[in-house]
Amino acid sequence: MSKLELINIHKSFGERKVCSGINLTVNDGEMVCLIGASGSGKSTLLRCMNLLEEIDEGEILLNGEDISLPGLDPQQIRQQIGIVFQSYNLFPHMNALENVMLAPRRTHKRSKDELRPEIEELFKRFGLADRMLNYPDQLSGGQQQRVAVIRALAMKPKIMLFDEITSALDPELVAEVLDVLRQLHREGMTMVLATHEMSFAKELADKVCFLDAGEILEEGPPEAIFSNPKQTRTQAFLKSVL
Amino acid sequence: MLTIRQAHAKRVKQRSITIAVISTIAAIALVYFLVPLAPGWPAVKKSFFNAEIFIKTFPTLLDAFMLDVMIFLWCAPLIAILGLIIALCRDVRSPALYPLRLFGAIYTDVLRGIPVVLIVYLIGFGVPGLGLSRPWNSPYIWGSLALILTYSAYVAEIFRSGIESVHSSQRAAAESLGLSPSDTMRFVVLPQAIRRVVPANMNMFIALQKDVALLSFIGPVEVLRQAGVYKSLYANFTPYVAAAVIFLIITIPATRFADHLMSKQQRERS
Amino acid sequence: MLLKSSLSIATVCVGLLLSTSSAFAADSCATGKTLKDGVLTIATGNPSYFPWVLDNDPKAGKGFEAAVAYEVATRMGFDKDNVEWTTASFDASIQPGEKNFDFNLQQFSITEDREKVVDFSVPYYSAAMAVLTRKPIQEKGAKPELESLKGLLWGASSATTGVPMLNKLIKPDDKPLLYNDNNDVVAAMKANQIDAALFDLPTAMYLGAVVLDDGVVLGQFPADRSENPDQFGLLMTEGNPLKNCVDEALEAMKEDGTLASIEAEWLQQTTSVPLIK
Ligand SMILES: Nc1ncnc2c1ncn2[C@@H]1O[C@H](COP(=O)(O)OP(=O)(O)O)[C@@H](O)[C@H]1O
Ligand SMILES: [Mg+2]
Repeated sequence: MSKLELINIHKSFGERKVCSGINLTVNDGEMVCLIGASGSGKSTLLRCMNLLEEIDEGEILLNGEDISLPGLDPQQIRQQIGIVFQSYNLFPHMNALENVMLAPRRTHKRSKDELRPEIEELFKRFGLADRMLNYPDQLSGGQQQRVAVIRALAMKPKIMLFDEITSALDPELVAEVLDVLRQLHREGMTMVLATHEMSFAKELADKVCFLDAGEILEEGPPEAIFSNPKQTRTQAFLKSVL
Repeated sequence: MLTIRQAHAKRVKQRSITIAVISTIAAIALVYFLVPLAPGWPAVKKSFFNAEIFIKTFPTLLDAFMLDVMIFLWCAPLIAILGLIIALCRDVRSPALYPLRLFGAIYTDVLRGIPVVLIVYLIGFGVPGLGLSRPWNSPYIWGSLALILTYSAYVAEIFRSGIESVHSSQRAAAESLGLSPSDTMRFVVLPQAIRRVVPANMNMFIALQKDVALLSFIGPVEVLRQAGVYKSLYANFTPYVAAAVIFLIITIPATRFADHLMSKQQRERS
Repeated sequence: MLLKSSLSIATVCVGLLLSTSSAFAADSCATGKTLKDGVLTIATGNPSYFPWVLDNDPKAGKGFEAAVAYEVATRMGFDKDNVEWTTASFDASIQPGEKNFDFNLQQFSITEDREKVVDFSVPYYSAAMAVLTRKPIQEKGAKPELESLKGLLWGASSATTGVPMLNKLIKPDDKPLLYNDNNDVVAAMKANQIDAALFDLPTAMYLGAVVLDDGVVLGQFPADRSENPDQFGLLMTEGNPLKNCVDEALEAMKEDGTLASIEAEWLQQTTSVPLIK
């Protein structure tokens, strides 16, 4: 069971306010989608959630415990919250298997042999068993992104964050990555996605949040947001992307 | 059967090869025939290109060059290690370790700012002058240290540029997986950084192979010094030419190889 | 008429000019053979050391080589004001092309191989080679005997004829260390990196007495020990027409005892230094 709550999050880069008082609850097994124009603060919010950015104010509760308190070990917390980026960020000098094994080996102090069966199982689950020994530059964008997902999953995170993970892909490769998300959702993973794939959000999200200038302007079930947006800014945004 | 385009391309290529060959031959011929016409040529030939002296001194010079190679061989790994350590010092981000960062910056600035030969003199004569006893005052030790200090400063900067060239998203990816900063550096950043700067470092080490000769200033009789001895003995500069030839035997292939690596890497990245 | 007389005046003037400019030594054998007409240009080292030149200032004529140079110049018909000094390293002296001196003296040893490239005058000094060391080394048992010398760690200035001598005569157990100049050899001795070094005897005595705090001239090699005794000559470009005049002057100085008295004035008595067995 995993539940993530953001309470009154504030974050600025210097003068620039990027999150101003964000409140958000992600319940166990839910998929929450963040939508909003580029620059509205989606990535920053996700990065705050796994402490890649330090928040200025607010609380981040993972199963009721504030993980944003200073003095906690960020490594420990990041191991519980996986994140996948738009640009895959696989390590180019390691093959797919090594990419995936590195973090569990180092942080859980487990040997390669010990890890291998369960990692292979992961590759199989996402249809990449025959690609394990390929290097990133020998994989398509879609395959690389799936390896990145597997890499994050190998840490057995409680929550997964996805930052526009299909945006850098050629259109024909988007589907295979979205399939992975569908699968994860089916399996009950708690997830937060920043996405531009509106139809996907409409289909699967439990909750959609519209971010505008660092604030959640409107949130609700996808039907409500997509078919009946209340705010004019939401309407304008949806009009521009749909 | 060639298309018109292919045939044209082939003609153009052949023509440019022909022109290149002819102009090269012409240039060599020009040098070969014109230089001897210079009024001072017989004198220059006698004191720089004296075949008899060349043959007489070459074997001993080659032997002396082995000392250069040996000094190179024990300096190079130490330079690589120290350079890496300094580069890592310059990369520490924790405020508590700021003195390390400062040290790294001062180290590289100071040591790159002084001519190698000066450092060789200062350390090679200066430190042993403090009263060390043998064998700890050996010019081999302190001369090598001078080279190691200087070159590690340059190599550190090369490593640092390599580390900085690894995109920050790689660090973010590693840290988001829960890897510690040191593991991130060791397993993610450094392997990529080091690979990228191999050609630049090769050039540095080619320069080192030449600068090893500076140790002769504080005593060791390596190839440059041996050539100098012969020069005084025969009052003839040919031994220097022979020493240059010996250096080139090593450095030209090494330089070509470094250039090859460099262009290969550029092709890969584009 | 007018034209004629002014012409003859001009002739007289030119004649006067010519005769004054060559008046410094109308009968000199050096006339027209020097780099600059009427001036003798002499090169020495940069720096040059005592006892060869005092205070690196050859113009003062103090020091053995400075004194010899002025005496030679005088005998060739150049007075003090017509002597110019310059500096030229050994390398600059043997490289092909124009030189900036008429002759160069800085303890250049005359050797057969060097003779092929440059001309030397007749010798103006025969130098014994000497071993310079320090008191602690002597106290540890270094003696002026070949056997004892073999075990020392040797150094020398690389451009000197001391190097082949070291290798042929002493054949040290450890490879000698070689340096750019005498200063560096002394620095290495001070740093205890070498035990002993070979110099010509006057240089060794000077360094041992003045530069090193605890210097000792351990011994000198008898002339017959070296294949050809180290003799210093004035260095000139190959085929220099001045050579005859220089040799003549030097021979005359030897004959009438001038050279010996210059030597007595500037170079210490060397007989106190033991011969190496
Ligand atoms: N490290 C940073 N330093 C300064 N400004 C930043 C930084 N990261 C993001 N920003 C700014 O914060 C705002 C939100 O960016 P981001 O979170 O990437 O938005 P989105 O992901 O919705 O496009 C942008 O204006 C961006 O320029
Ligand atoms: Mg973004």
